[in-house]
Amino acid sequence: MSNSAGTPGAITRRQMIRRIGLTALIAGPGAGLLSACATSGGSAPAASAAPSAGGAVSAANPFGVVANAPLEVVIFKGGLGDSYATEVHEPLYKKAFPQAQVKHVATQKIAQTLQPRFAGGDVPDMIANSGSDNIDNGALQQEGQLMDLTELWDAPSIDDPSKKVRDTVAPGTVESGLISGKPYLLNYVLSGYGLWYDSALFEKNGWTPPKTFEEFKAFCETAKAAGIVPFAYAGQNASYYAYWMILISAAKIEGNQFLIDVDNLVDGVWKRDSIKQSAAAWAEIGNKYMDKSFEGLIHTDVQTRQNQGKIALYPSGSWLENEQKSQTPAEFKYALTPTPSVTAADKMPFEAIRTTAGEAYIVPSKAKNPRGGLEYLRIMLSKEGAKGFTETSKNMTVVTGAADGLALSPGNASLTAVQAAAGSNVITYSSFENWYKEFETELRKQTNALMFGRISADEFCDKMQKAADKTKADSSITKQNRTV
Amino acid sequence: MRHGRYPFIVGFLAAPVLLYVVFVVSPYIQAFYISLTNWKGISANPQFIGLENYSNLLNDEVFWAAVRHHGVLLLVMPLVTIVIALFFSFLLNVGGGQRGGQMAGVWGSKVYRVIFFLPQVLAVAIVGALFQAIYRPDETGVINGLLGKVGIDPVGWLIDPNIALLAIIAVMVWQAVGFYVVLFSAGMSTIPKDVFEAAALDGAGRFTLFFKITLPLLWDTMQVAWVYLGIAAFDAFALVQVLSVDRGGPDNSTTVLPLEIWRTAFSFSKFGYASAMGVALFFMTITFAALTLRVTRRERIEF
Repeated sequence: MSNSAGTPGAITRRQMIRRIGLTALIAGPGAGLLSACATSGGSAPAASAAPSAGGAVSAANPFGVVANAPLEVVIFKGGLGDSYATEVHEPLYKKAFPQAQVKHVATQKIAQTLQPRFAGGDVPDMIANSGSDNIDNGALQQEGQLMDLTELWDAPSIDDPSKKVRDTVAPGTVESGLISGKPYLLNYVLSGYGLWYDSALFEKNGWTPPKTFEEFKAFCETAKAAGIVPFAYAGQNASYYAYWMILISAAKIEGNQFLIDVDNLVDGVWKRDSIKQSAAAWAEIGNKYMDKSFEGLIHTDVQTRQNQGKIALYPSGSWLENEQKSQTPAEFKYALTPTPSVTAADKMPFEAIRTTAGEAYIVPSKAKNPRGGLEYLRIMLSKEGAKGFTETSKNMTVVTGAADGLALSPGNASLTAVQAAAGSNVITYSSFENWYKEFETELRKQTNALMFGRISADEFCDKMQKAADKTKADSSITKQNRTV
Repeated sequence: MRHGRYPFIVGFLAAPVLLYVVFVVSPYIQAFYISLTNWKGISANPQFIGLENYSNLLNDEVFWAAVRHHGVLLLVMPLVTIVIALFFSFLLNVGGGQRGGQMAGVWGSKVYRVIFFLPQVLAVAIVGALFQAIYRPDETGVINGLLGKVGIDPVGWLIDPNIALLAIIAVMVWQAVGFYVVLFSAGMSTIPKDVFEAAALDGAGRFTLFFKITLPLLWDTMQVAWVYLGIAAFDAFALVQVLSVDRGGPDNSTTVLPLEIWRTAFSFSKFGYASAMGVALFFMTITFAALTLRVTRRERIEF
């Protein structure tokens, strides 16, 4: 540069070309830097710029995805694996947009991987935000980092353009993803929660799953006499499996309003009879029939013991079968039974089952290609996408009828049967797990204390009421509300 | 050479000082500022809230539980480690009595030295996984399996709130002892042999040798060991995270500040509050270091 700068009049053709090249070299990354600054400042979200710069909106492309815009997909690689993304959804996206590059990132530590990227403004376009190290959805929403999915739910379905996407999924799916009244989360996986057992073992011993807590206690004695631990969960890292059961039982006693009130931090909700009765009933089972040592085990330890025929009933969700598939002997047949009724006056019958849409998939609003992220979710919600998911991950999705005609595993077949028996008696989801992480942590702690006999049901309720009150009073936590 | 001295020194100093300022000093200063805000760690728009985080700390049960545990750690861990390490290094270096006119260690001391040092080279994650199996609360655990052979019921090493913290301290001691054996051995080898020989000729037994000669002459090394171990007692994050029930449980009985800071920041998205805990931890650590250096200051013995 220095030698040519001195002689402006004598620029040769060669120098000219060199200069143009240099300008391009400098200007290219420079522009990139400038735009990076703008996004990280948060003042110019890419979302608002995308439609103008984006592709044309059409019936096949309702979000106006830019056909050649790269898409980055981050998948939590846990119990569901990540082959459903690499083998089903990503190829489907590639098929729709052959020029687009799809970048796949699999991690078990969503928060650790993505927190710095959110803070820095370099966010991926779609995230499977799951696992015990997921990033707090409530906090993301408060900071304006999440894309409102209303557009997705109102878009035409891929399979039947005359239908909206929201009409192709199980009832309650959209609602389960509301934060501050707007749908921000796509809860994609349909899970049934209850007690899982080996139907082959039960058949061999002539046992039937208990329908009331009286029967439950009698069953525990029988199983104990047969040298099998009647009920167990892992305290080291999976105490939430136990609090699900406690909450489900309380909801059976009082109705779904209990779960709604827990989420809304209603005053005195933890002091109601329903939760006291439920906590006392479960604590009795825990104290009398569960070995103290289970508090020091992790979930896979306990699950493997069930596979070895050492544990009868195990509280979990329907991902369990897939999670354990490498440990499960061929003769072991997973089956699901609803939680036993606590009182004869329970509002909901024994058959009532908790099925919820779980596993949140999100599109960050400040992503580079949020339109692509939305389209990716729409592809996941197509029958082909959902069927492929069930085939690769062995889990059901919220897409109605997507698994029709698939040969179901014993566990999934049992889930379908239990769902049919329950009919409209469905116990709903809990949102505090997404909204109030600190409160949830306290509930895990106190559940272990309750189930392993260090505190009574009354103390448990007192402590949880205190934690709920503390959350309610904490000005740094934005309060959420749900009505359904 | 002389006129080029300052550029030379500055040239050498500039890079490390710059790195230190950027990666150590500036995060510290930022932490002080962040602790006065309600930053959630996701977007860059923290609000200044004054000392609210600190006043919340005063009423935070979990925070005080963690502080208490650091107190226990600080009392027990360095003391036990130093006592065991001193005992072993004395045996390894002087304990064998005179051999061929020289003080020597007990028989096989070279092998022991390697064995003691081994835990030091294991990564904390490996140690954690190892002790998960050793401490497992039922009869499949290593210790409980052995206890079962002599008819003792399994002990809930990590699930009994009364002993969980001690069980974790034991792991820290196990891992640290090897390093301090080597440190003290090095210290002992700087003590002139003739001092020991003279004392031995005067009829001093091993007991007297240890308390009257080794210990006073090792004082400087012990002071260093105490500060190192004390600072380690303010950490303990990895072991608690891997070993304890529900990360810090049961019932907060093993939680430590670094774990709570991590949880508050990354699980609860309260970076401001976590920074306030961090600042509290910072002051505890430097107070400890300053106190230790002051209290243990003694006259040096020149030899």
